[in-house]
Amino acid sequence: MATVEISKEQKPEPAKAPVQSTPKTITLRISRFNPSENTEKKFEEFKIPVQKWTTILEAILYVKQNLDHSIAVRYSCRQASCGSCGMKINGKPRLACYTKISELESNVITIEPMNNFPILRDLAVDFKQLFSTHKKMKPFIVNEESEVQSSTKEFIQTPKDLEKFLQFSYCIKCGLCNSACPTMATDKSFVGPQGLAQAYRYTADNRDQGKKDRLKIVDQSHGIWRCHFAGSCSNVCPKGVDPAMAIQLLRGYLLGFRK
Amino acid sequence: MVPAYYLVIKMRESIIMKIHYGTALGAVALVAVHILMRLSQKYSDSLQYQNVLANYHFLPYALMLEVILVLLSVHGFNGLRVILLELKQGIVYERVINYGSIVAMIVLVAYGSRTILMAGMGIS
Repeated sequence: MATVEISKEQKPEPAKAPVQSTPKTITLRISRFNPSENTEKKFEEFKIPVQKWTTILEAILYVKQNLDHSIAVRYSCRQASCGSCGMKINGKPRLACYTKISELESNVITIEPMNNFPILRDLAVDFKQLFSTHKKMKPFIVNEESEVQSSTKEFIQTPKDLEKFLQFSYCIKCGLCNSACPTMATDKSFVGPQGLAQAYRYTADNRDQGKKDRLKIVDQSHGIWRCHFAGSCSNVCPKGVDPAMAIQLLRGYLLGFRK
Repeated sequence: MVPAYYLVIKMRESIIMKIHYGTALGAVALVAVHILMRLSQKYSDSLQYQNVLANYHFLPYALMLEVILVLLSVHGFNGLRVILLELKQGIVYERVINYGSIVAMIVLVAYGSRTILMAGMGIS
C-alpha cells in the first residue's frame, strides 16, 4: 500500500478548542413588592454565575430555579417578539430577553418593574391601560370595502406607501416607551407614545379611511398635544419604532401640514 | 345661541394649540419691536416718565401694547393651564383649571387695558 509522507511543515495543526467564556459572578438586585401584603418595596440581592451570553431574563430564571422561586416575572418568547419581559434594568427600561449582562458592563445589576404602570407583583406590571389605549386607537384598517368581499381583489400599495408606516408597525406593545415617557409620569390620563405611534401607523396607511376618527381621539386635552418631545420613548424602543417621530408626523395632520 | 365661553371650553385641543403657537410667534415679533423702540434712544431715557407717557399717547404704539397684552395673556395662561393639567387629573379639577385660566386671562387683559386707556387719556 502506498503511503504519502507529509512533511513537518505541511502537517495540519490540531483543531483549536472552541473559545471558552470564563464564567463570572455578578450581583442581581431584584425589586420585590407585593401590593396585597402592603409591604414596602425592597431589593433582594442574589449572587449568580453568568457567561458572556447570559441575558437578564436567563439570570432571573436562574434565580427562580435555584435561589428564590417566588419572584414574579412575565416572559414568553425570549426573542424580543412578544413584548412581555419589559423591566427597568440599571435604571433604563429594556427587554430582559434582549439585554445581555455583558453589555451592561457592571457587576451589580439592579432590576425594577417599569415606571408608569401599576405593579402587580415584583417585576410584573399591569398592562390594562396600555392595551385599552391601544384598542381606542382603532388599530386596524378602517375601510368599507374589504379584501374579504369578492368584488374587491386587493388593496394595492406601492413601496413608497408602505414606507410611510412600516417602521411603526413593528411595535410589540412591550410598554417600554410608556415607561420612559416623562409626561406619563405626571399625567396618568395621557394617551402615551405607544398609542399615539399606533394611531399614526394606521392613519398613514393609504388603505385606511379612519383618519378622521383617530385624529378626533388623539385631539383631546390629554392627547397628542401633551407630548413634550423629550424623545425618551424612541431612545428605549427595542424595535426601532421611533414613537416620537410618529407623534410629530401625526401632529402634522392636525396642524394641516399633512393631508 | 351658543354662549362664547362654551365655544372656548369645548374648543378642540388642536385649535387651542394653534392659538398657543400663533400667540407665541406674534408675541415674539411684537416684543422685539417693543424692545427695539427702547433702543431707538438711550435705554435709560426711554424709561423717563414723560417718554413712557408719550408712548401711551401715541395711538399705534398703545395699540401694539394692547395686542402684546392680549397675546401674552392668552399664551401665558394657556401654558399654565397645560402645566396644571399635567400635574393633576380629575373632572372637577380640570374644569376649575379650564374656567379659571379663561377668567384669569380676561381679568389680566381688562386690568392691562385699563392701564393703557388711562395712561393714553392722561388720567392718573
